[in-house]
Amino acid sequence: MMLAAPVIAVAATLLVGAALFTLLGHDGPGAVYEIFVKTLFNPYRWQDLLVKAAPLAMTATGLAIGFRANVWNIGAEGQYILGGLAGTGVALATLDMTGSWILPAMFVCGILGGMAWAAIPALLKTTLGVNEILSSLMLNYVAIQILYYLMRGPWKDPMGFNFPQTAMFTADQTLPMVVPGTLIHLGVPLAAAVALTAFLVLARTVTGFQMKVVGLAPKAAAFGGFGAASTVWIALLAGGGLAGLAGIIEAAGPFGQMVPQFPTGYGYTAIIVAFLGRLNPLGILLAALVLALTYVGGESAQTTIGLPSAATGVFQSMMLFFLLAADILVRYRIVSGRPAHAGVPAAEAAADTAAKPKAKAVTA
Amino acid sequence: MSLDLLVAILMTVAGAATPLLIAGLGELVVEKSGVLNLGVEGMMLIGAVTGFAVATTTGLPVLGALGAMAAAALASAIFAFLVLTLMANQVATGLALTIFGTGVSALIGAPFVGITTPTFGPIFPEALTSSPLLRLVFGHSPVVYLGLILTLAVSWFLARSRAGLILRAVGESDTAAHAIGYPVLKVRYCAILFGGAMAGLAGSYYSLVLTPMWAERLTAGRGWIAIALVVFASWKPGRMLAGAYLFGLVITMELQAKAAGFNMFAPEVLAALPYVATIAVLAIISAAKRGGANAPACLGKSFRATA
Repeated sequence: MMLAAPVIAVAATLLVGAALFTLLGHDGPGAVYEIFVKTLFNPYRWQDLLVKAAPLAMTATGLAIGFRANVWNIGAEGQYILGGLAGTGVALATLDMTGSWILPAMFVCGILGGMAWAAIPALLKTTLGVNEILSSLMLNYVAIQILYYLMRGPWKDPMGFNFPQTAMFTADQTLPMVVPGTLIHLGVPLAAAVALTAFLVLARTVTGFQMKVVGLAPKAAAFGGFGAASTVWIALLAGGGLAGLAGIIEAAGPFGQMVPQFPTGYGYTAIIVAFLGRLNPLGILLAALVLALTYVGGESAQTTIGLPSAATGVFQSMMLFFLLAADILVRYRIVSGRPAHAGVPAAEAAADTAAKPKAKAVTA
Repeated sequence: MSLDLLVAILMTVAGAATPLLIAGLGELVVEKSGVLNLGVEGMMLIGAVTGFAVATTTGLPVLGALGAMAAAALASAIFAFLVLTLMANQVATGLALTIFGTGVSALIGAPFVGITTPTFGPIFPEALTSSPLLRLVFGHSPVVYLGLILTLAVSWFLARSRAGLILRAVGESDTAAHAIGYPVLKVRYCAILFGGAMAGLAGSYYSLVLTPMWAERLTAGRGWIAIALVVFASWKPGRMLAGAYLFGLVITMELQAKAAGFNMFAPEVLAALPYVATIAVLAIISAAKRGGANAPACLGKSFRATA
């Protein structure tokens, strides 16, 4: 059932989505067909899918590492922006230079930028006990203002006709295409590599084990010597670093410069990707493609059948709702009729045979 | 500073504080029952767009506010079903509700962008608001007074009423409350629906009173500030009132500084101020308490009846 839940969730989203949009006065079945089916039969759209899925998968992989340990970093959007900005800083400083070292330097600074932004909630959590959900989320709004400030002022392209955006990146500062003649840039294989690495780290190393134990049995983790503080730091730095990397990949890839429209909500969508992928990096690769489908398909449905752009977000959140609902099938077994031995209610008997529910406590 | 200006500023503070107060009181009750609903922002957006849609089509802002409460309560019912009946993870479900509310509100609101609505303005007759001091007392939207009344009501309910005692018992020890025979899930359903209705009312305050218009993401993260205020208030309604008005002051400073052409800082610094202030306040309160010692013991945990 572990793997069935996401499939059930996607299927339910398609069915209920079609009904919901029909109720709202749109062509419901048409919308589902345009977004989820037609896109898959268009090879050109596949490139779009991969390009959109790359930052989602990368960010979600980082988030999943934290979510496994019940560290709720929901500041990926801000970390993505700061990563993009840090990498852009390198690009603007090296506009007149050439060399193959520039792009890697941008990547490193992008990762560090995202990590630095995630370090704030980590520090507040470990030293003062500040709830990381609220602090990391608040920083998203602050990050957007930093972006606006830099675009309006210091980083504005002097030759840009007063548009609030930076100069275009040079050839040495933009991502090379891995398949010539397509849109598929270096970020796509990089995202796959990141997910594979994370999979191995989580499955085969002590750190991966630590995240799992802290999430499933915090007390056992403490007795076992896994520090709560180190878990928070690992979770947030991994999440921030990968969101930052996704940020600079978007800036140096599809955007090719920094603009105020840079934050597109990937940081929030990545939360859905992480859950739909069962917090497993390999599952996340698949889930990222599904969520990318809602973006790419949603865009084409806008032009073909006039579906509002907001429909994408509705489909995405429905997927998460249905996934969370379907999860009860993972944790409990449905028992029909009366239990065999009297005196034990059905729910009890079901819970005894199925795995115990994972208690995920949250301190606010 | 003239009296007129001072009164105008104080009234803006009350206006900015009211939605935070109302949404925060709703979330406070929800958390007191042991449930963490992170969907406040999404429910506020659903309330804002529903209130606006109802008010523009019927011409009656009161109906708009009521519709907003109903719609947001309906949205909170989805959350309640998932976390109570299906025992889904509360953090993830709350996030899903926020993402859902953002998307649905944008979808419903698309035809309403760029038009104005009858506002839910002052209720007292003009004669009562002739002088600045009278205006400070009588010049507000009814929702502002409602916020103050709600503070008293919630405070009384939690501290003095039998139902409030049961709600707190459910939040502090769901198993013990269940063993005594209290309907844990029913209590939590009611609390969540109340929280939803309050978030809806708070959201409609943005679209019907503060800025009588609809735009995507109108509430700009204020729902999250309301959740933070619950922590700041240590789950006490009286302190929620203080916290909401404190943040009303912070938001007003931002608006006034912009209006006065105050340019020592970039405008972006002022725009980031409420969010930075939230983090600062959380840090101070957490340092003082070391991790929310006052939080309801069962906050965020699923409950499954065992017998």
